Amino acid sequence: MTEWPLWEVFVRSQHGLAHKHVGSVHAPDAELALRGARDVYTRRNEGTSLWVVRASDITASDPEEKDAMFTSPVDKTFRQPAFYSVPEEIKHI
Amino acid sequence: MQNKKSLFEYVLRLGDSCLILSQRLGEWCGHGPILEEDIALTNFALDLLGHARFWLSYAAELEGVGRDEDQLAFLRDSGEFRNLLLVEQENGDFAETIARQFYFDTWHLAMLEKLRGSNDEKVRAIAEKAAKEVRYHLQRSTDWVVRLGDGTAESKRRMQSAIDLLWTYTGEMLEMDAIDQEMLDCGIGVDLSVIREGWMEHVGKVFDEATLTTPAATWMQRGGKQGIHTERLGYILSEMQTMQRSYPGLEW
Repeated sequence: MTEWPLWEVFVRSQHGLAHKHVGSVHAPDAELALRGARDVYTRRNEGTSLWVVRASDITASDPEEKDAMFTSPVDKTFRQPAFYSVPEEIKHI
Repeated sequence: MQNKKSLFEYVLRLGDSCLILSQRLGEWCGHGPILEEDIALTNFALDLLGHARFWLSYAAELEGVGRDEDQLAFLRDSGEFRNLLLVEQENGDFAETIARQFYFDTWHLAMLEKLRGSNDEKVRAIAEKAAKEVRYHLQRSTDWVVRLGDGTAESKRRMQSAIDLLWTYTGEMLEMDAIDQEMLDCGIGVDLSVIREGWMEHVGKVFDEATLTTPAATWMQRGGKQGIHTERLGYILSEMQTMQRSYPGLEW
């Protein structure tokens, strides 16, 4: 059998929350991917909305470039709100 | 109620069709062509088992001789089952399972939609609950008929042969017998000539979209609703009932 394309599945569990990645399914097209996702990932009342995205359409960062991509903020603590001390006079922050 | 015995039969038919199809679909467990389908088919099986429990519990209550849903499911012989012949047919290949499901779902949803207006409160409540799930079943089996029919040369050949093979079992669910008529007359049951019209329309439309040829009118098998079954039902029951037959009263 020709391998069906892979689809990444995103479920929104409640109104107001963002869709969250939960896993993937194989399916020949988008509609059947949605049905497969429904059957595999929402059997226990997990969702109010489903997205499927063809995995090949996702552009991902390269793990090899992890350092260049992500290490720069590590020692830049001034980007964290906790870096700044709050003056005594300022309440309710 | 005067029609109680007929209502028992009527409800039993609905319950038995759900039960036997559920058992058939359960045979796919661990054998689906792909993981997603394995889960989907057994999901359907569990949905239908849930519907069967509603109907058979109600049937047991109507019968009023102290039997319950389990005794109806596990301690009757094939001549006492009232399911459609369609649902006891073998799974065959995936196309045959889909064809059987598609014929059944199209009928099942139309029935439940009508039964939601039944003047029997329990029938109405069960139909209301089941219709939601069956609407999804029909979408899914319809999707597959279109994709396999309008797919590769091989999938089309198999889908066409499956719909041809099972066509002969689609007659009895669309024609009235005395019990159907009695239930219609007292406002509980459904007019199958109306169901038939909608069924032919949907099936024809989907086969067109799937580039399949609607099977020509042929001799229709009948008898399931009256308890006359193909030999296949016996094999299903022997597997389904083996625990209760071997260890009467077993609970777990």
